[in-house]
Amino acid sequence: MPTVGVKRDLLFKALGRTYTDEEFDELCFEFGLELDEITSEKEIISREQGDSKASGASDTILYKIDVPANRYDLLCLEGLVRGLQVFKNTLEAPRYRRVSPSSGEPQKLVITKETAAVRPHAVAAVLRNITFTQERYDSFIELQEKLHQNICRLRSLVAIGTHDLDTISGPFTYTAKPPGDISFKPLNQTKEYTATQLMSLYKTDSHLRHYLHIIEDKPVYPVIYDSNGIVLSMPPIINGDHSKITLKTKNVFIECTATDVTKAKIVLDMMVTMFSEYCSQPFTVEEAEVVYPDGKTYKYPELAYRKEKLSSEFINRKVGINESTEKIAQLLTRMCLLSQATGVGDEIEVEIPPTRSDIIHACDIMEDAAMAYGFNNIPRTTPRTYTVANQQFVPSLFLGHSCPLRQIVAHLSSLTTLCHHQVARTTLLPGLLKTIAANRKMPLPLKLFEISDVVLKDETKDVGARNSRRFCAVYYNKSPGFEVIHGLLDRTMQLLEVKSVRGDGYHIQAADDSTFFPGRCAEIFVRGKSVGRLGVLHPDVINRFELTMPCSALEMDIEPFL
Amino acid sequence: MADTGVVETLLRLIEKVDDGVDSLEVAASLGVDHQVIVGAVKSLQALGDIISAELRSSKHWELTEEGTEIAEQGSHEARVFSSIPLEGLAQSELMVESIDDQVREKLLLVKKANTAQLEEKEKNELKKRKLLSEVTVKSYWISKGISFSTTITKQETELTPEMVANGSWKEKKFKPYNFEAMGVAPDCGHLHPLMKVRTQFRQIFLEMGFTEMPTNNFIESSFWNFDSLFQPQQHPARDQHDTFFLSDPALAHEFPQDYLERVKKVHSEGGFGSQGYKYDWKIEEAQKNILRTHTTAVSARMLYKLAQQKFTPVKYFSIDRVFRNETLDATHLAEFHQIEGVVADYGLTLGDLMGILHQFFTKLGITKLRFKPAYNPYTEPSMEVFSYHEGLKKWVEVGNSGVFRPEMLLPMGLPEDVSVIAWGLSLERPTMIKYGINNIRELVGHKVNLQMVYDSPICRLES
Repeated sequence: MPTVGVKRDLLFKALGRTYTDEEFDELCFEFGLELDEITSEKEIISREQGDSKASGASDTILYKIDVPANRYDLLCLEGLVRGLQVFKNTLEAPRYRRVSPSSGEPQKLVITKETAAVRPHAVAAVLRNITFTQERYDSFIELQEKLHQNICRLRSLVAIGTHDLDTISGPFTYTAKPPGDISFKPLNQTKEYTATQLMSLYKTDSHLRHYLHIIEDKPVYPVIYDSNGIVLSMPPIINGDHSKITLKTKNVFIECTATDVTKAKIVLDMMVTMFSEYCSQPFTVEEAEVVYPDGKTYKYPELAYRKEKLSSEFINRKVGINESTEKIAQLLTRMCLLSQATGVGDEIEVEIPPTRSDIIHACDIMEDAAMAYGFNNIPRTTPRTYTVANQQFVPSLFLGHSCPLRQIVAHLSSLTTLCHHQVARTTLLPGLLKTIAANRKMPLPLKLFEISDVVLKDETKDVGARNSRRFCAVYYNKSPGFEVIHGLLDRTMQLLEVKSVRGDGYHIQAADDSTFFPGRCAEIFVRGKSVGRLGVLHPDVINRFELTMPCSALEMDIEPFL
Repeated sequence: MADTGVVETLLRLIEKVDDGVDSLEVAASLGVDHQVIVGAVKSLQALGDIISAELRSSKHWELTEEGTEIAEQGSHEARVFSSIPLEGLAQSELMVESIDDQVREKLLLVKKANTAQLEEKEKNELKKRKLLSEVTVKSYWISKGISFSTTITKQETELTPEMVANGSWKEKKFKPYNFEAMGVAPDCGHLHPLMKVRTQFRQIFLEMGFTEMPTNNFIESSFWNFDSLFQPQQHPARDQHDTFFLSDPALAHEFPQDYLERVKKVHSEGGFGSQGYKYDWKIEEAQKNILRTHTTAVSARMLYKLAQQKFTPVKYFSIDRVFRNETLDATHLAEFHQIEGVVADYGLTLGDLMGILHQFFTKLGITKLRFKPAYNPYTEPSMEVFSYHEGLKKWVEVGNSGVFRPEMLLPMGLPEDVSVIAWGLSLERPTMIKYGINNIRELVGHKVNLQMVYDSPICRLES
């Protein structure tokens, strides 16, 4: 879940009122957010780098707010405030409009065919006559970062580049070139580097090194030029220094390059809907044209409003409430989904704005209605579903109570196996021996058992593997105690109603197994089939687990008894 | 039992005196070791209030080994003097006629127990020279007890078959039991706390009419673990960083083909009333085998199976292991148990989900619940379940829940008016809270503390 940090006072100012921490926490809860932490820059620095470093830092209170992973429209102060204000009925959701430039042609981004090999899509837009302040600027940068971390999947699906349009001139070309042929001065550097040099330069960059793998082994790297050959960016790694935006920037050119064009459109819509608020004509975005290698031209941003029709009966039925069509339309409108009763029966027309890319089905609209209604206001009812309970057979239960061994270890040593050896375990014995090794201070004898699944390859299964339930027991004492382990087998078989006879019942017979001491190992046969082994462990095995006492053990497959 | 002779002699001695006797003096007068008298005192004490014995300690001085030697043979100086023959010495004229061996005399005084004639200073001087040492002696001051008697009957420790048979128990006195002592620990097995809590959860589900799902498949294809749940292929949970991928067997090779086509379509193009995710869905991604990240993969298989027959309402549950490639810390392991409940029926509402969660958690002893809107790729609505923690005085998250998305259910072939509600929580967290365990590594894995397992009480979740 992404976390957004906002300055509390700035947030309250934008919301037009103040809240106590508890009140704001409550508001977040209702709206599906979580006030995760109340902190300050100073506190963060002192926690991460020590008090000495924090002395000069700001005391301004920061709210860290957890935002649901599909609500990209809440990833910055602007979006949060808009969402909460509409939710609290203090603001009508703004309408976002794509406009043509007041004079001249729209900005053009031409994609060449070389990009197909590495990053084939791009979208673009212009924010015209924007006014930045330090806070707005910080938020603008922060939103890009949040989008990169989330929907953009660490820039692998989409990478955003923002540029001061007045420093560059279109039409722009999005192409791909061998790294040696790309050379420019990257953001915040003082000299030019080739792309090859940049890749090694950023190897040690704590931030950028995470993105290098996306293009590193490609023959060509993506790059965007302006009409004068100035490099805007080398996505998804770094922008050029030349076109970087500053507090004074008035006109912003936004480009998003992508491997997933749907996500690129969403990301661009998010960037422009959030920050067009600060344009001289608020909530308008100047269009840009993107020309694909096949000549097809698209206008961005899409800023599409989609209309859906559903019945209030549907919402009432799914949520378990009984509200009028008008009331439900009002509830939805509070979630930025402008809705009205059409007058045809109980039909509601819902308009899904470009900010709500998470609404892809009527059930999403239904959830928003439930949220606006308040989850905790919904009457809690008992389903009438009539069923009869059934359980899977769990032999561990009766064994646990009736066998003389000391415990069931819910053994999760496949965990260690997974991390250290990268295999799922195929036997339970090592886990029990490790448990004994970790409990050597306990009084003897130690008697442990475990009933658990191991994983075996099996071509007949759709995934090529299956679980197999095992029973493993270990007796650890000053004498090997084969008779104890053997007695346990006898008792287990008695409980499973298997008689001690060859053929139809069970028997054991001498076997060779390097895990066990020579002459002290037997194979267990049930109804003629081998199901496992028991015996006195080989001293080499005992030593390898750093144990010092003789030890007898039993491990068998209990699938036949399930 | 100490020597009866000594015991009787001791009792007669006590009978004669008015106040009492000192055990050391008794030992000296009887000419036996002090320990013998101590033994007699102890055994008399065990018989009740025949005598009263008060522990006393006294200090006296004793010669050290070197001191004993000097007392017997004279001080080193004196011995040097006496061993030098007069004629062999050139300085004989300087020699005194005789010496007065004061050290020896002092030590002899101590040896004869006339220590009182020595001054403290002198004793300390000799102590410094390691010739004397001060010893603390413990003795008993023995006097008559409330039920003093010189004749004692031997007390029996236990009732024997003979006593029962011949009735001799009637004449016998029996040694009292020490009810302060602990009993003998029974030889029995101990269930791991996690298993005890699991049993309770199973019980709760069974009481509520839920049927247990077969969860014996740790290895799952991405298809059933993610795709069938409408979790897009670029979802972060499908990353190497979050999920364990298998190298062998790396790929699943068998899927219900038409269902797979419907899943592909709903992801890439939409359908069933959905816009879909509009991306290029790849079979290669769906084929990848993983260690299942949730038991919901099993629920998906069960719901698909349910959809292949004439629909009847079901209530399912499972409690089993799931695997996540997490950073390990005090509360996270790469492996944990997930508890999951699923109900499928016509016309289930969000209110029904909250109602059934209320019933479920009431059985766990949790009655104050509230719900927070949340996001989950395969449920809509999704709700986090919070309960009010009386100790912490705040709301804490206790589980997750939701209504499965139509994009998950309809491609399976379930009827359109069937809703499926579900919830999940981990088994480890309630177990850690129940048994007061702070570090998950002490609960699970081979580092588990067996003493904790032996000592952990039975599990009753409602109390």
